[in-house]
Amino acid sequence: MGAAKGKKETIKPAIEITDLTVAYHEKPVLWDVDFEAPQDCMLAIVGPNGAGKSTLIKSIMGLVKPAAGRVLVFGKTYRPESRLIGYVPQRGTVDWDFPTNVLDVVLMGRYGHLGWFKRPTDKDRRLALECLDKVGMTDFINRQISQLSGGQQQRVFLARAFIQDAPIYLMDEPFAGVDATTERSIITLLRELQDRGKTIICVHHDLQTLKEYFDHVLLLNVRALALGKVSDVLTQENLKRTYGGRTAFLAGMTEDEEPRG
Amino acid sequence: MIAFFSDYTVQIVLMGSIILGITAGSLGTFAVLRRQSLLGDAISHATLPGVCLAFMLVQTKNPLPLLIGAALAGWVGTLLIMLITDTTRIKRDSALGIVLSVFFGFGLVLLTIVQKMPTATKAGLDKFLFGNAATLLHSDVMMMLNFSVIIFAFVVMFWKEFKLIVFDADFARSLGINVRAFDILLTTLIVASIVIGLQTVGVVLMSAMLVAPAAAARQWTDRLGHMVLISALFGSISGVLGSVTSSVFLKLPTGPMIVIFLSIFVLISLAFAPNRGLVWDWLRFRKNRKLIQETSMLKNLMLFSEIHTDPFHPHDIAALTAIGRGAIDQTMNEIRQKGWARQFPDKKWALTPKGLEEAKRLTEEFEEQFDVDTSV
Repeated sequence: MGAAKGKKETIKPAIEITDLTVAYHEKPVLWDVDFEAPQDCMLAIVGPNGAGKSTLIKSIMGLVKPAAGRVLVFGKTYRPESRLIGYVPQRGTVDWDFPTNVLDVVLMGRYGHLGWFKRPTDKDRRLALECLDKVGMTDFINRQISQLSGGQQQRVFLARAFIQDAPIYLMDEPFAGVDATTERSIITLLRELQDRGKTIICVHHDLQTLKEYFDHVLLLNVRALALGKVSDVLTQENLKRTYGGRTAFLAGMTEDEEPRG
Repeated sequence: MIAFFSDYTVQIVLMGSIILGITAGSLGTFAVLRRQSLLGDAISHATLPGVCLAFMLVQTKNPLPLLIGAALAGWVGTLLIMLITDTTRIKRDSALGIVLSVFFGFGLVLLTIVQKMPTATKAGLDKFLFGNAATLLHSDVMMMLNFSVIIFAFVVMFWKEFKLIVFDADFARSLGINVRAFDILLTTLIVASIVIGLQTVGVVLMSAMLVAPAAAARQWTDRLGHMVLISALFGSISGVLGSVTSSVFLKLPTGPMIVIFLSIFVLISLAFAPNRGLVWDWLRFRKNRKLIQETSMLKNLMLFSEIHTDPFHPHDIAALTAIGRGAIDQTMNEIRQKGWARQFPDKKWALTPKGLEEAKRLTEEFEEQFDVDTSV
């Protein structure tokens, strides 16, 4: 896989961001970010709370208007209508008491493919069932969504993204509130997508699993502090720059540590 | 009875309130799910100055210009709320309160002025405060019908877009759906459904027509489509009952009567709807508590029987309660009635063979369910 990737990287990057600055009010959320995600990589965006991770993802899709800078997807300015990006928002951003069931939420992933006035067809329903099967949620298709556990809700969101069948997936904390078993099965699914040539970018919080799950990482704290292969970037020095001085809890996660006496 | 329903005025009132109930009930579903219940209240209050200004301009009691004035004022009120929340540090609820009271106050001032005008007495603008279904004319009902057909056409056409922007706006944006445009369209439809009810229900209580049926409907279903239908049903039944009782029998303002019938639907739904109803919640809670108390006492009895050579030897109730929770006479009586235990003199209790079996079964079930080993 490594050799194939080396060849791919000469092709246009999946996502290319130059000088991106985003400010909601006076204070910038992202400052002069340069960022490049090669095709079919599995990349984690890592950084402390308020570092602008979700904002970065949203500005890639054009959900957030930047104050300055440029975002290119496969070398072109991105329009959501082109459906190149599948999105998994943070689980906490929706009202789970909304009157709808699992199958219906997954079908929402097809709404972009359907024109105005069109209802989902049998084919859409079949696709939805396939995606629910992939995430192991076939037993719950008619379940009201508030009656699902956190991990099950996350899997429904993943199925809704999979049904979009996009070349790039942007996921905002897909492992938040998910138990260890579900996390494993999700990562297996993401690997399968990567093997089929998809690019996957996740906001990720757990530095322990970073090396195991992802091949690329962006360290972000308003500025982009480091970007590259996980093994190259994940150093004590870089983590200190990202998280500030409070890095005692980061001990043991990098390879460049000085041996302790 | 037949004579009553063949009465022309009654027919007009019935038709008007059915159209109103269906339209407001359906659109109210979206307002409630977007947590915009208070927006409906602010909009309906904000329409009053529009009605009065329109009357001052055209000087007729033709309802169309009045309702257009109402819609424009409602719209301006909505835009102001958005503007205040977007550009200042004032929070949304305060913005709603400001717009509601300022517009309504201004409307009351204008209404007083209008009523002192010589032409005003015939128009009876005060019906816009609390509503009067008895003054509905055939032409009013036809206009309501036209409005609501247009409203429903939009809801049917953009059903999935509306559903998605209410449920998950960010995801909708990521699909390329113009969330801002659909947001404005949906709010406009809510304004329109408020406007068609102003004559019948009045600005003060119109928001109840939006919010109450939808809140009640949410209790009965977990599907958006069903919720809209049930809400429309509750809205139209309350509308009919309220309009008829107020205009035909009691000669009272219609708005308050409709609200009384709406609150009956809300109360029944809150209490008795399956799954979400409070009564079922409470009964489930009681049943679970009773079951837990019974099984824990049964297990206590088993623990004691394991210490003793004779498993069916009677034990003192005080000892039983010392090691477990919830030991009350009622619980013990229940256990006895189920044939799990026998009572002896001096407040002593013993397991029956059936009780021992049941206790063993429960322990096994517990271990299986939680994958734990409770044996010592």
